[in-house]
Amino acid sequence: MTDNLIGASLQTPELPPHDKPVTQANWIPVVLIAIALLFLALILYIPAINVFYQAFHNGFGPFLHNLAEPNFQHAARMTVALAAIAVPLNTIFGLCAAWALANKRFRGRTLLLSIIDLPFAISPVVAGLMIMLLYGRQGWFGEWLIENNIKIVFAFPAMMLATAFVSLPFVAREVIPVLEEEGVDQEEAAYTLGATPWQTFWRITVPNIRWGLLYGVLLTNARAMGEFGAVSVVSGNVAGQTQSLPLFVEEAYKNYDTEAAYSAAVLLALLAVVTLVLKEILERRTGGHLKKTH
Amino acid sequence: MTTAQENLSRTTGDSPWKVFWHSLIHMPWTWRIMFGYLAFMLFLPTAAMLTRSLSIGPAEFWRIATTPLALSTYDVTFTTSLIAALIDGLFGVLIAWVLVRYTFPLKKLIDASIDLPFALPTAVAGLTLATVYSENGWIGSLLAPFGIKVAFTRLGVGIAMMFISLPFVVRTVQPVLMQMERETEEAAWSLGASSWQTFWRVLLPPLFPAILTGIALGFSRAVGEFGSTVIISSNTPFKDLIAPILIFQRLEQYDYAGATVIGMVLLIISLLMLLVINFIQAWGKRYD
Repeated sequence: MTDNLIGASLQTPELPPHDKPVTQANWIPVVLIAIALLFLALILYIPAINVFYQAFHNGFGPFLHNLAEPNFQHAARMTVALAAIAVPLNTIFGLCAAWALANKRFRGRTLLLSIIDLPFAISPVVAGLMIMLLYGRQGWFGEWLIENNIKIVFAFPAMMLATAFVSLPFVAREVIPVLEEEGVDQEEAAYTLGATPWQTFWRITVPNIRWGLLYGVLLTNARAMGEFGAVSVVSGNVAGQTQSLPLFVEEAYKNYDTEAAYSAAVLLALLAVVTLVLKEILERRTGGHLKKTH
Repeated sequence: MTTAQENLSRTTGDSPWKVFWHSLIHMPWTWRIMFGYLAFMLFLPTAAMLTRSLSIGPAEFWRIATTPLALSTYDVTFTTSLIAALIDGLFGVLIAWVLVRYTFPLKKLIDASIDLPFALPTAVAGLTLATVYSENGWIGSLLAPFGIKVAFTRLGVGIAMMFISLPFVVRTVQPVLMQMERETEEAAWSLGASSWQTFWRVLLPPLFPAILTGIALGFSRAVGEFGSTVIISSNTPFKDLIAPILIFQRLEQYDYAGATVIGMVLLIISLLMLLVINFIQAWGKRYD
């Protein structure tokens, strides 16, 4: 084949002119772009537009009516409460993990980093199952919890644990690379000049990592508010009691209340759009230093 | 304690054990918080699942793991995920290529929109895909005359998996493509290679590890997916019932042993996939 290649070049009389960069036939980019956009339209754009169409095609009336439903309002409050606890917890953890692991070299560091990433690899349903096996009736702490009348599964605490589990790695994995890039020079300088670790943290580290940190918090929040699988396993999914917005969407749909399902879905879709816009702004601000994945 | 530690370090020199003991005793509070949180959130639940599955016994475990229904859910889950990830692999490379190499209107918006499946809650994805691909939906109604049913079939499950896995391929391939130098291709071109030859011989080899990583990431995401698939699937056993949904149903029936066994199978597969991904990445780095 190599011979053919060279042979072909020898036989080709018109080599591409030197001043003009080699261009393919003009129709190739057009066709490739068209195919890519068609695929994206079928998989992403038409479904995304459909959410807004279904929610508003009868005007804002039905949407506002659904927003006033008590079960819907309860689910929305539940979602906000879940994120309000899970996001700060994972942020504190992520900062500590980043502080402990960035700029350090020791045996088992890679393993530890992979362990922190594990919740991304584990199916959310399996995560929910694990929580059931720990706190459920037949679980490790099941009997003790029943004796002491503490309700964890089919209640808010287990939903919170499930939410925190699935969104655990985001802050850590966004902050670690930023810290690694910054290095430790500024911190060391601050120490030498007599700053306490706390002062160093607030005045040097936090300003340095703020965009990466915000990025991680943003992704944690999106995942926490949108989580379905893990929460649905441990919640029992009782409308008005243990239902978050994504669970409300599914139940309304299964009960043929499509309008209610789309009213809740459009709010979650707006959350996704806001997340993407902020994500884009953060990526621009940091000049593409933040990772594009996740 | 201290003497034991001293003895240990004296006999073994700078062994990992010494490092371990040293770090355990002089652990800063950031480490304590990190390990405490990991233990509570991750290790404890994992341990509960491991002990539970060990208590079932190997013979019983094997029996539950290989019932015809369980086997059919593995088939639906893994085959569908693999096909979805491969299709995403093909179109993901194309999308990454188009985004890196060409300019066209709304390109930045389209680039940002690739992350939509990361940001959109899966329940919403399932809901809207089920509507759009149902028999009277926008896309489903176009396919219905040809006898193609998408929503509430295995095909629908595949579409949902393609939706959630797509960004993994694009976002893994895109940075590698951006780093590749155009000169290499242009050299191949000026030496007279056809576009097809340039693609297969010059472009594809260095991209290959990234493409494989993207496909593997997308596959493992699709295998565990629940939110979108539970809505678009009819959840009919032996037809389009996937393993995560079977776990969910077993739990609903208070069949904890059944749920644990299927859960362990999924967990083991996910861990194997992690190893595979790490292996591919290490292999890819060798050619950097």
